Amino acid sequence: MKILLALSTAALLSAQAPSGDWLHFQGNPQGHRFSPLKQINKTNASRLKLAWAMQIDKTDKFEASPIADNGILYVSEPPSDVSAIESRSGKVLWRYKRVLPDSVAYCCGRVNRGVAKLGDLVFIGTLDAHLVALDAATGHVVWDVEMADIKKGYSSTVAPLIVKDKVIIGSAGGEFGVRGYIAAYEAKTGKQAWRLYTVPSAGDKATETWLGDSYKYGSATTWVTGSYDPSTNLIFWGTGNPGPDWKGDKRRGDNLYSDSILAIDADTGKMKWYFQFTPHDVHDWDATQVPVLVDEMWKGKMRKLVLFANRNAFYYVFDRETGEYLLGKQYVRQTWAQPELDAKGRPVRLPNTAPTPNGTVVYPNSPGATNFQAPSYSPQTKLHYVMTRDEGGVFYSGDDTYKEGSWYLAGRFVSKPGEEATGAIKAMDFTTGKAKWEYALSGASWSGVLSTAGGLVFAATGDGDMLALDDTTGKLLWRFPMGGKAFANPISYLAADGKQHVAIACGHTLFSFTVE
Amino acid sequence: MRLTILALWCALALSAQMKAPTDEASLREGLKLYQFHCSFCHGKGDDGMAANLVTPNLVHAPTDASLVNIIRNGIGGTDMPPALGMSEQEMLMVAGYVRSLGRTAPTSIAGDAAKGKALYLGKGGCAGCHMVDGKGGRSGPDLTLIGAMRSPGNLRTSIVDPNASMVGGWSMVHLTLKSGQKVSGIRLNEDNFHVSLRDGKGKIQTIAKAEAVKIDRDLTRSSMPAYGKVFSEDEMTDLIAYLFSLRGAL
Ligand code: HEC
Ligand code: HEC
Repeated sequence: MKILLALSTAALLSAQAPSGDWLHFQGNPQGHRFSPLKQINKTNASRLKLAWAMQIDKTDKFEASPIADNGILYVSEPPSDVSAIESRSGKVLWRYKRVLPDSVAYCCGRVNRGVAKLGDLVFIGTLDAHLVALDAATGHVVWDVEMADIKKGYSSTVAPLIVKDKVIIGSAGGEFGVRGYIAAYEAKTGKQAWRLYTVPSAGDKATETWLGDSYKYGSATTWVTGSYDPSTNLIFWGTGNPGPDWKGDKRRGDNLYSDSILAIDADTGKMKWYFQFTPHDVHDWDATQVPVLVDEMWKGKMRKLVLFANRNAFYYVFDRETGEYLLGKQYVRQTWAQPELDAKGRPVRLPNTAPTPNGTVVYPNSPGATNFQAPSYSPQTKLHYVMTRDEGGVFYSGDDTYKEGSWYLAGRFVSKPGEEATGAIKAMDFTTGKAKWEYALSGASWSGVLSTAGGLVFAATGDGDMLALDDTTGKLLWRFPMGGKAFANPISYLAADGKQHVAIACGHTLFSFTVE
Repeated sequence: MRLTILALWCALALSAQMKAPTDEASLREGLKLYQFHCSFCHGKGDDGMAANLVTPNLVHAPTDASLVNIIRNGIGGTDMPPALGMSEQEMLMVAGYVRSLGRTAPTSIAGDAAKGKALYLGKGGCAGCHMVDGKGGRSGPDLTLIGAMRSPGNLRTSIVDPNASMVGGWSMVHLTLKSGQKVSGIRLNEDNFHVSLRDGKGKIQTIAKAEAVKIDRDLTRSSMPAYGKVFSEDEMTDLIAYLFSLRGAL
C-alpha cells in the first residue's frame, strides 16, 4: 500500500485550481462549497437534465455529500456504508458494508454526512464511533480504529476533513452527555496525532463556566465538518449544544466551549482562540455550521476572515488570525435575544425565553435558523449563500439525571402549532450581514447550497425540487422534481468524459445532472 | 381491505412476543413518561387533540410490538412524531401505560345510536361531507372507524368546535388567480411552484403559483361548520352514540 501522499497533498492545497474534482466535503478546505467549473452556466442551465440516478437499498436518511476524484465518486450511505460510483453512468464499482453493533445510541437517525479521501485511502467515521480507512480501489478495510466508546453514547456522523497528512474528525452524541472532541489521525496508519476535548477537564479554568461537575457531561459535540486555512495552519470547527439540551439549572454558567467556533493549531491540536455564540444555550442551538474562510477587504483593509451563519439566528464575521469579533447581525426571525448583540458579540437574552414545564414559545425552533445545511461562498459574487429556516417552537423543560449511554435531554420541543415552517435561500453580503437577495421556499429545507463559476446557485427545496438560481439575482433558471425529502448538500464535478455534473442525494437516491 | 389487515397482522404477529409490562411500578413510570412525552397531544388519553388512546383496539397498534414501534418511529405522514430520548425499556413502559388506558375504555355509552344515525343523515347533513362504509361525501375524513379512534369527548369537540380539533391533511386553501377567478379546496399538496387541491365538487386541480395573485391558507380554521347550536343536548348525545358505534370490525 504505497500512498501518493505528497502528490495529493499538493493537489489538495491548490484548492482553487479549476480541476474537475471535488476532494473535500466542502469542495475546498476553506469551506466554500464553490465549484470553479463553468460548463454549466446561466446560458444553458435551463437545459440541465438528469444524467443518472443511483438508488441505495436503505431506509435511513441519505445525508451524504460525495467526494469526486478522477472520475469516481465516493459517497457514504446510511448507516455507515461507502460506495464508489462511476461518474458517467452512476454504476456502483464497490460497496463497503459495515456491520454495526445493535447497541449504538444515536440521536437523529442512523446517518452519515460523507467520506474524505487522501491518496489511495477513503475515510469514514462510523456510527459506532470508529474511523475506518478503505482502499479506494477495492473498498477493503486498510485500518479501523475505535475513536470513542459507544457505551458512553458516542457515535460519528460527520464527514472527516483532510489536513496535510492527517484526518480530522469530530464526534456525535450530544444528546447523551458525552464529552465532545475533535481529533486528528495519521492518514497512513490510523494513529491518533492529537485530540482536543470541547468541554474542559478537571482543573481547567473553563470548568468555572459549569455548575459543579456538570462539565463532565457537557456534550458540545462536533458533528459537522470544519474548515482549514493553510495560511495560518488553523482548523476552524463549530461545537454543539451543552448537555442536557433544554434545561440549564444544573449547568449554570456559560458552558464553555459549547456552541462555539474553535480555532485549532493543525499540528498540535491546541486551541488558539474561541468565540462562543450562545452562552448557556437551552434551546439546542448547536454551532455546528461550516465556517467559511475568505481573504477579503474589511473596512478598507485586506483581512483573513471567518464567516459564520449560526443556528441561533445571528450572522457573524471574525478575524481568523486573532478571533476578533467584527460583525454580528440577526438574519432570521428570532424572539430570544435583543436584535443587537453587545459590543463583544454576546447576545442579550430576553426574559421568559427559557423552556418551562408548560412550554415557552420561541423563534427560531430547535432546528434553528440554519443547521447542518452546508453553506456556499462564491469568490465571484462575494456572496455567502445560506439555507435558512423560519419556524417557531414550543420548548419544554423536564428532568433528567445523567446515566452513562442514556438520553440526556431534560426537555423537548414541538413545532409551534398552527404554523408551517418556511425557509429561504439567502445570499448574505458579509460586509453588512444582510441578504442581497433571497429565494423564498414554501416549506423549510434541509438541503445545503452550492455555487459555481458558471454563475449558478444550486439547492433543493424541502420536498425535493432541485433548483438552479442566478447567483447575482436569485432568479430561478431551472428545476427538477426529485420526489423525496432532501437532507444533503449538492456538489459539482467533472465526470470521466469531461462533462460537468451537479449531484445531490435526495430521498434514497443520488441524482447527477448535466447539460447535453 | 380485510385481507391486507390480516396480512399485516400476521407479519406483526411474528414479533408479537414483545410484552408491555402490567406491574404497578412500570405503569407508574409509564404514566410519568406519558405525561412528559405524549400528553401534549393525547391529553389524558381521550381528551387530547390527537388520537384517542383510551380504547382496547388501537387501529395502528394491534400488538405491543407494533405499539412500541409507533412510539419509536411515529406514524409517517401524520403528526404522530417519533419519541425523542426514550430508551427501549422506557418505550415499553409507556406502551404498558397506553394499554392500561385501553382497559378502562367504555364499551357502551349513553344515547340512542339509531336516532343519532338519523340526525347524521338528516338534520346534520354530515354525509354530505363524510363517508361511512363507502357512502357519503368527500369533503371531510372517512368516519368508518371513528368510534375506535376518538373518544366520546373528542367526538363532541369535533362537532361543537371543529377549530379546536383539526385533523391534518384537511386544511383549505384559497387562491385568487390573475384572471380574477377564485379557486378554493382542500390542500392536497403545496410546493414552491404548485398548489394541488380538491375543490368542492371533488375535482382535483393543480394550479401554478405563478398564476395566483393571492394564496390564503386556513391552517387554524376548519371547513367543518360548528354544530353547537344545531342540536339539542339529547340529540348531541345520540349523534355521539352513533359515531361511537362506528368501529368497523374492531
Ligand atoms: C405532536 C403530537 C403528538 C405527540 C407528542 C404524540 N402523539 Fe401519538 N398521535 C398523534 C396523532 C396526530 C396521531 C394520529 C395519527 C393518525 O392520523 O393516524 C397519533 C396516534 C397515536 C397512536 C395510534 C392510535 C391508534 O388508534 O392506532 C398511538 C398508539 C400513539 N399516538 C401513542 C403516542 C404515545 C405513546 C406518545 C408519547 C410517547 C405519543 N403518541 C405522542 C400525535 C402525537
Ligand atoms: C362542510 C363539510 C363538513 C360537514 C357538513 C361536516 N363535516 Fe365533519 N369534518 C369536515 C372536515 C373537513 C373535517 C376535518 C378537518 C377538521 O378537523 O376540521 C371534519 C372532521 C370531523 C370529525 C373529526 C374526524 C377525526 O378524524 O377526528 C368528526 C367526528 C366529524 N367531522 C363529524 C361530523 C359530523 C357528526 C357532522 C354532522 C353533524 C359533520 N362532521 C359535518 C367537514 C365536514
